[in-house]
Amino acid sequence: MNSVLGNKKAIVVLLGPALLVFVGVMVIPVVWSFAYSLYTGNVIRGFTFVGFDNFVRLFNDDEAHEAFFFTLKYSVVVTAAQIVLGYALALLYVFVLKKSSTFVRTMVFFPVVLPTVAVSLLFSRFFQFAPQEGPINSLLKFLGADTIDFMATGPGSFLVLVLMDLWRSQGFYAVLLYAGLIDIPDEILDSARVDGAKGGKLLRHIILPMSLPVLLSSVVFSFNSSLKVFDSVLALTRGGPGNDTTPLNLFMYKTSFLYSDYGYGSTIAILITVLCLVVTLFIFRSSRRDLTKD
Amino acid sequence: MIKNVKRRRNLALTVTACLSVSVLALSGCAQASGSQPTAGGDTATKLSILVTTENTQVPAELKKLADKQCSTQSQSLPLSIEQAPSASIQEKIQLLAGQDALPVMFAAGNSYIDKGGDLQKNGQILDVEGTFKDLGILDQITPSALSTLKKLYTDTVPSLPFQYNIEGIWYNKKIFDANNIAVPTTWSELTAASEKLKKAGVTPITASGQTGWTISRWIGAYLFRSLGQNAMLDVKEGRAKLTDAKYVEAAKAIQDLAKAGYFPEGVSGIDYDTANNQFLSGQAAMMYMGSWLLAKVNDPAQNKIGDAAQFMPFPEVSGGKGKIDEYPANAGSPTSVNPKMYGPKVGDWIKCIATNYGADSLQNSGTFSGFKVNGTVDAVPPITADIQKRIDASTSSVLWFEALFNAKATQDAKDYAAAFLTGSTSAQDYMSLLQKDLDTAH
Repeated sequence: MNSVLGNKKAIVVLLGPALLVFVGVMVIPVVWSFAYSLYTGNVIRGFTFVGFDNFVRLFNDDEAHEAFFFTLKYSVVVTAAQIVLGYALALLYVFVLKKSSTFVRTMVFFPVVLPTVAVSLLFSRFFQFAPQEGPINSLLKFLGADTIDFMATGPGSFLVLVLMDLWRSQGFYAVLLYAGLIDIPDEILDSARVDGAKGGKLLRHIILPMSLPVLLSSVVFSFNSSLKVFDSVLALTRGGPGNDTTPLNLFMYKTSFLYSDYGYGSTIAILITVLCLVVTLFIFRSSRRDLTKD
Repeated sequence: MIKNVKRRRNLALTVTACLSVSVLALSGCAQASGSQPTAGGDTATKLSILVTTENTQVPAELKKLADKQCSTQSQSLPLSIEQAPSASIQEKIQLLAGQDALPVMFAAGNSYIDKGGDLQKNGQILDVEGTFKDLGILDQITPSALSTLKKLYTDTVPSLPFQYNIEGIWYNKKIFDANNIAVPTTWSELTAASEKLKKAGVTPITASGQTGWTISRWIGAYLFRSLGQNAMLDVKEGRAKLTDAKYVEAAKAIQDLAKAGYFPEGVSGIDYDTANNQFLSGQAAMMYMGSWLLAKVNDPAQNKIGDAAQFMPFPEVSGGKGKIDEYPANAGSPTSVNPKMYGPKVGDWIKCIATNYGADSLQNSGTFSGFKVNGTVDAVPPITADIQKRIDASTSSVLWFEALFNAKATQDAKDYAAAFLTGSTSAQDYMSLLQKDLDTAH
């Protein structure tokens, strides 16, 4: 192995193609996007150099701030719910259902493969208020409660959006965490049980620390995909009512393609990239802390 | 060793610098602006048309023309229609324009084709008035359509008038008669009629919160009645602001209709087709809409209320400067011609469309276009004839609420309309938001 890695030609041959693809699909678009952020205009009008004006505008733009805080709120809520629910489901598969979990796992995973638009239609009908009441409002009526026009208010739309994204992605995180849990050696679990660890204690002192790496990966996956949420919002609420459910990605899309301002759109894209990077670094950094030193 | 490291570092720096410079240069020069159209030859091999998927009428009429009256033109330049959803068509047009690959006709947004708009500046929009003059067919565009187009596009004509619509309030005559309501001619009569209908258990007005312009157009119509036909032009040219008391007052008047419960509950969740169905099935007594609804009104499969579907102008506002016969008018979704694809064969096609489209559209779907109706049209439905009479009798027209807005203000006017109507956004905030969009346009 040493002799292979010591050979520069071998390194070039092994790494070269992958590096070229990486540069082509990652580095160049990022640099390109950064270059666009220094210009204003679009592909028809052409581009005019404006220096850092777009960044100043981003800093002072109330709409961008609202989109930024909505993105953070959505990411924190969805990530927390996805991880907690996913972990609970994974524990259910491994420790309760055990070998008979296949059917439940398949059913819970099923929504992952459904197209977002179809799921959005399903949920908008489910929470419908007018012209016909959907099942949720019918149920509320049956229980004697007032019906709710969920999609007419920001909090209502947010709730439906979060529930929809949880239903849609839950199976994925459950399977991911399940893979981590079944990797915990049975001997360790058995010896912990012999030592008297049960239920909560077993979970806290053995299962949780042993599944920490996969838990961490799930948090990174979940947070990053939530920060970049786009399709489910576009299909379900289109960012409304008003801009109450507009995340940064949708704001970027509207700015670039509806308002034809590619430069400012690219500046928002950079903000999203930096945000994803900071969050990922923060999660990794906090996970490197040596727990034994506390 | 040190030399090697230095050399490598220099090489890395050079590569990075070259990459950055070339990316900056490439992105800055992605599209040279202001390129002029080349002289028209027969560069088109087909009459390629890109319109929205929602536009079912124009493609259907053009196909009929290609089979009949324009079959000769169709043989030398076959018709090829492509449709894209309205939500993404502007994105597609931008990319095609950037690559200089626009089809012969395309449905670009108003702000692109207006005088000073990106496509207009780039020489990618044919001067329809000049071309029609050259072809000797300028008289085939009706004067009202020509005037509406010029009003909308700052004295230029960048679009073919495939449709000519007036807007107003559609009402259910049967419901009005059953409740002894006369057609309202003033705002106070309209609110009184709405109150009476509400008390009788009828939904007075329907609209679509999902299609925000069905709400925002109420504000525009009110403004044209209260402040006169220059209400929105004054805003565009900076003589007035949407945040001025009289403008906010108009928005408040519309919001008050909703507060009084004249719109259906859950209006924000109602889509365009549902709103139309509510009116055409007798579930609501009134709806603000254009004469394009005639296609549905004249279709018995969609119109369940038959002759009860009637049209009235937006009522006058007491003390207002606007007149009741000044209908908001438009020439349908814009359809521009690419000058780089224009040649004798395209000219022949345009000539054929201009002389036949008007009568064909009226005959087949009972709808109006901005082209002259040549020949006789058999059995025009009474409601179509009524609207035709109104158009003929109208001495001047007005535009509509968002007509002179930029892309962002137009989008926000629609996006926030439902929140405005339900009261989540106040009238003051709604108008301030739109004014801010107009002030900070980039």
